[in-house]
Amino acid sequence: MIRGSILAVGEVAGSVVSMASEQVQRFESVQMVRDGLRDLDYLADDGIAGVAYLADRLGKPVLVEGPAGTGKTQLAKSIAELTGARLVRLQCYEGLDESKALFEWNYKKQLLRIQADRGSDSWTELHDDIFSDEFLLTRPLLEAITADDPVVLLIDEVDRVEVETEALLLEILSDYQVSIPELGTIEAKQIPLVFLTSNNTRELSEALKRRCLYLHVDYPSMEREREIVLAKVPDITENLADQIARVVRSIRSMDLKKAPSVSETLDWARTLMLLNIETIDEEIAKETLHILLKYQTDIAKAAKELSVDE
Amino acid sequence: MSATEQRGMLDLLGGFVGQLREAGLPVSLTENLDAMEAVRHIPIEDREAFKYALAASLIKNQAHWRTFETIFEVYFSLRGPEYALDRDGEATEGDLDELWREMQDASQSGDGRGGAGSLDALTPEEIAHLLMQSLMQGDQALMRALARQAVQRFAGMEPGRPVGGTYYLYRTLRNLDLDGMLDKMMEAAAQQSVAPSTTLEQRLEREEFEHRIAEFKAEVEAEIRRRLVADRGAEAMAKTLRKPLPEDVEFMHASRDEMQSLRKALQPLTRKLAARLARKRKHQRRGPLDFRSTVRHSLSYGGVPAEPKFKFPRPAKPELMVVADISGSVAAFARFTLMLVYAISGQFSKVRSFVFIDGIDEVTDYFKSTEDITEAIHRVNTEADVVWVDGHSDYGHAFEVFWERYGKDVGPKTTVLLLGDARNNYHASQAWVVKEMAGVARHVYWLNPEPRSYWNTGDSIVGEYGRHTDGVYECRNLRQLESFVEKLA
Repeated sequence: MIRGSILAVGEVAGSVVSMASEQVQRFESVQMVRDGLRDLDYLADDGIAGVAYLADRLGKPVLVEGPAGTGKTQLAKSIAELTGARLVRLQCYEGLDESKALFEWNYKKQLLRIQADRGSDSWTELHDDIFSDEFLLTRPLLEAITADDPVVLLIDEVDRVEVETEALLLEILSDYQVSIPELGTIEAKQIPLVFLTSNNTRELSEALKRRCLYLHVDYPSMEREREIVLAKVPDITENLADQIARVVRSIRSMDLKKAPSVSETLDWARTLMLLNIETIDEEIAKETLHILLKYQTDIAKAAKELSVDE
Repeated sequence: MSATEQRGMLDLLGGFVGQLREAGLPVSLTENLDAMEAVRHIPIEDREAFKYALAASLIKNQAHWRTFETIFEVYFSLRGPEYALDRDGEATEGDLDELWREMQDASQSGDGRGGAGSLDALTPEEIAHLLMQSLMQGDQALMRALARQAVQRFAGMEPGRPVGGTYYLYRTLRNLDLDGMLDKMMEAAAQQSVAPSTTLEQRLEREEFEHRIAEFKAEVEAEIRRRLVADRGAEAMAKTLRKPLPEDVEFMHASRDEMQSLRKALQPLTRKLAARLARKRKHQRRGPLDFRSTVRHSLSYGGVPAEPKFKFPRPAKPELMVVADISGSVAAFARFTLMLVYAISGQFSKVRSFVFIDGIDEVTDYFKSTEDITEAIHRVNTEADVVWVDGHSDYGHAFEVFWERYGKDVGPKTTVLLLGDARNNYHASQAWVVKEMAGVARHVYWLNPEPRSYWNTGDSIVGEYGRHTDGVYECRNLRQLESFVEKLA
């Protein structure tokens, strides 16, 4: 037990020191992150901006968790835009493996190389040759750490891969390196900002969580939602945005199968704009509920609750 | 940050992490180190950012957030901008008084609001009026000042008095009459608006006011907590205020708030449980050797069984019968178990449920006719015919009737779950029913929401029934319930 924990200290202390020395600081302060994101129409609350800033300072990946449609993926995109970095995205799915996430040897090219040189080269030369960079296909993870330009790495919906596959990510998340048996270890030229998103369909492993900062993105408060609507839907009046935010809050407080997400709120706002509606009354709310809610039972329930005064 | 200050900060953080661990949050060594690194980058003066920075590195599960927040409040509430970093937690009587006076000064001069200082001179009626105005306008600063004033005036807090925070909260809120306030606000709003408002508008208005009142209540609560911390020190307060994690809340003693958080915790839990069970079924190793298939395939190798073939595993899905006591104290437990079982009903070939108090009724149809489990549970509580004589638990009679009516449906594939505390009100136990049931069914389990030490005391006869079952399990909280269900499926 004691030996284990000492090892852990050494490991951590080492990684912190090495990161501090080679790190470029992207953000000046928490406030700067918040303002920068606001300029890009991403309205961050204290938690989001604080964690993004901290991720930069500590050089640690961020695990973003929360219900679907609350802007988890958008956060990574906006941060990439803010820092002027390229977004490298790895979409996770069941059955994802090394050859799709990290790297793969280009077998066809290797075969061609062998055939082209038949008889001329000696075996050792050829062997060294076909396992070189030229024949390596980089996949998102490797691409992110070998890139020369600044990148933001987004590992999307990490809860979809099996527990065993998570282990693939561990090396890159803690040390920013990839080990390729034939080539050795490739270390990152720069430490990218890494975002992992999860819809929380299963518990992620301790090992993965331990390596990340944790950020829970929930449905926004009413005030923030109103601002999001104002920022994202052009020409909307303040009055309508306010009403939309209130109705959505009211609907979220009901006991529903799937509460409306931010993106659905925005869809609803756009619909109302298209219909030239200036104030929402019960009829309009009921007729357009299907944009906010996707289950028939939810729609029926919400319609009933909205029209009956308690 | 100077070296001594940093030292103080690390000590503070060490104590904080200790409290988190005491509360049952798993904080690993690395996460602790991360937090220490994090606080170097974010100044403590920026309270919100500081809180989120600590949370990001220390807690990795949203369900733990509330516990974290409470402990954070207690630990760092006196260390905000308006209070100097004062480490005299275990102060003597004299120091304490000084801190008290300091706090009261701060509450009067704080918030940069001119009106706050003169609040002392107001009558209770004026305060109530002012509060209503601030609530209607959503004036945060005034609300905060009023919360402080209200606590100071109505809570009657005395240093060293061994009373919990809820007592002070109750005293403060009783004097403010917030429920009446809501109605008055609705009336006032109706008078102010020109056109009569629609029901939708009224609903939205009411919700907005409710939201503000809830905010105000939270403010009062925080103020009381701040004062209690000043009185007793952070460590002592962290202990008394600590809330158990949702999965550790006992079903039988859950408050209404805790019930709500339990219900919220149940949903992701069932989803995870279902995914885990499905995976277990799917990814199980190959089954036993399929002799026929091996021999058939060996023909292509000239009769040598070079390639062994295995049977596909087909683990039987159990058929489940849930028989639950839904009388008073154990009702919550029965409800949660039914919800959990139906949420993962895909993992069973068939689920039937029965509820009883002293009479018994089948409620399977309630769950079949609707997708909404909550609604089905509601119908169980209101419509099921479970009272036979007097509405006091009678396990003996209920089991007897169950066996008579549905006994023939119990077969070798059936697993029967009996739910309840077996407090039989000294009626006849009729334990022979359980014995016969165990003879026919695949398994019979008993789940008891009471702590093990209470079993077989008073009118509890769980031992008498338990003797015949395949196991009696203590299921006081979600964690225990989950681990049992996982074993079952």
